[in-house]
Amino acid sequence: MSTTTSSTPTPGAAVPRTIDVSGTAPVPFGRLVAVELRKSYDTRAGFWLLGTIAGLVVLAEGIATAVGITQDNSPGLDFGAFVGVAAFVTAVLLPVLGIMLVTSEWGQRTAMVTFSLEPRRPRVVAAKYVVGLILTVATALVAVAIGAVCNAFLGLGIGGADWTFGWDYFVGFLIVQSLAMTSGFALATLLLSTPAAIVVFFAYSYVVPTILALASAFLDWFEPISDYIDFQRAQVPLRDLSISGGEQWGQLLVSAAVWLVVPLALGLRRILRAEVK
Amino acid sequence: MITVEGLTRTYGAYTAVDDVSFVAQPGRVTGFLGPNGAGKTTTMRIMVGLTPPTRGSVTIGGHRYADIPNPGRHVGVLLDASAQHAGRTGREILTLGARTMGLPMSRVDEMLALVSLDDSEAKRRLRNYSLGMKQRLGIAHALLGDPSVLILDEPANGLDPAGIRWMRGLLKGYADRGGTVLLSSHLLHEVELIADEMILIGHGRIVAQGDKESLLREERPSTLVTSLDNDRLAAALQAAGVGVTPAGGGLRVDADPTSVGRAALEAGVVLTDLRSGSRGLEDLFLQLTASTQREQPAPPTAPFAQTQPTQGAVR
Ligand SMILES: Nc1ncnc2c1ncn2[C@@H]1O[C@H](COP(=O)(O)OP(=O)(O)O)[C@@H](O)[C@H]1O
Ligand SMILES: [Mg+2]
Repeated sequence: MSTTTSSTPTPGAAVPRTIDVSGTAPVPFGRLVAVELRKSYDTRAGFWLLGTIAGLVVLAEGIATAVGITQDNSPGLDFGAFVGVAAFVTAVLLPVLGIMLVTSEWGQRTAMVTFSLEPRRPRVVAAKYVVGLILTVATALVAVAIGAVCNAFLGLGIGGADWTFGWDYFVGFLIVQSLAMTSGFALATLLLSTPAAIVVFFAYSYVVPTILALASAFLDWFEPISDYIDFQRAQVPLRDLSISGGEQWGQLLVSAAVWLVVPLALGLRRILRAEVK
Repeated sequence: MITVEGLTRTYGAYTAVDDVSFVAQPGRVTGFLGPNGAGKTTTMRIMVGLTPPTRGSVTIGGHRYADIPNPGRHVGVLLDASAQHAGRTGREILTLGARTMGLPMSRVDEMLALVSLDDSEAKRRLRNYSLGMKQRLGIAHALLGDPSVLILDEPANGLDPAGIRWMRGLLKGYADRGGTVLLSSHLLHEVELIADEMILIGHGRIVAQGDKESLLREERPSTLVTSLDNDRLAAALQAAGVGVTPAGGGLRVDADPTSVGRAALEAGVVLTDLRSGSRGLEDLFLQLTASTQREQPAPPTAPFAQTQPTQGAVR
């Protein structure tokens, strides 16, 4: 009871009615991030999700190497291409990671404890998001490291590897993968349920673009509108950072507002008001 | 000190917590007692900001819970021992709490020892814990930050008799050192030995509060009476504004035996049995919360089933 008073209260003695909190610092944000990071891998589900991401990146890049070696001199298989191969895997799994960061808390009801220890809920959500970004960067670095190993093997196999590494591709990769993770994260805050968020996420990333393309094909007037709604397509010029001009930026920002900002804003509102059960 | 003022929480048309006010003093164990669904958990959830109140306010040591920095260092909370990740080990759960609060890891071992969870038990995943073990872990979690206020919802649930005795000693010692302890229960016998103060809640309302002696002292006089014409006697008593409820083959009357005898005389009803119905705490508890007891539907004379608060001597 060090926080109550300087002297040890004895039975019957006057006991303080107020708690002096002036000497207690709020939980530092960095500590929240460290705890949330630990929570992302200290359960089987979290551990295996991270392990699966790493494993599939190895597998995809390994297959690319094997193809590169057997089909001698396959065109354009350089260091940067390995990172591109990894993107196929991470584009699917990083959103799941973003979802799990949020929903594992609700599915297991640990939110009750988390929000008791830090009642300022936006700080907890922000800490979780920072963990999502950290894990996205870590995934990118793992992809690059594995890519380097695979490229060295390829070099041994075909004699002389191409070590061209496009920094634009790498930065573009980081941004696009962060956006993918963010999409999952945003939907999860809104739905607060793992299966619902995963289903909605994949519906939106694969079904919505198809519907938009179909609608644009049949309705001339819809096509320009569709360009401003289709978040997947708006991200294409981000992959190599070739994005330029008011139109491309406009399409990116408007579609991002529709698919990221709106769900995240509604989701945050829901989390802040939710009765945590 | 926990101060609850005019707390109300409604769910649609249903009022789960109805204008609840009380104070839990430092240095004392306050028992929060009421049948299932009385509103204990809801009240405690509002205290720590997990449920927003419809009206009213709670302060802990003079602060709103949300305004307390690093609240785990000041207020220990156990609301639901099962609300933890089933796949985490007991030690990991405490480690996460200790890290959040910025405590040394030695604190985790201290707390595990305090609640008698041994090394092998601490390494098991929560899904393999019995309810009693979860409860011990939850108490350890609440005590991690060496808080000066404890809020425990049904902490004795699932504990064996030895565990309940252990907890009683733990909480008594805690209050003796100046801590504030609020613990809820739906079982009187769990609370009456630990609690210095008791708050009785039924149907979302406080029906009585005070220490054990003052609660019994404040108990309204009560009489058990049987007559040849219970209906006429009941009507006569009710006409005089006295509460009457059927009890077995007779009536329970909220008045002393003399008044009941006099009423019978005036009504010309022959009494076959008349005795004091003065009761212990258990009966008081049942009586005060009668209108909310699922096992005892409200009697037909419901308006007379007294649910007005009995205010014990509250310091
Ligand atoms: N989210 C909710 N929606 C509707 N009713 C609720 C909700 N939470 C609690 N209640 C109701 O409020 C009443 C009080 O519940 P609770 O506080 O859990 O009682 P206790 O802990 O005393 O058993 C119960 O009737 C319960 O069904
Ligand atoms: Mg309850």
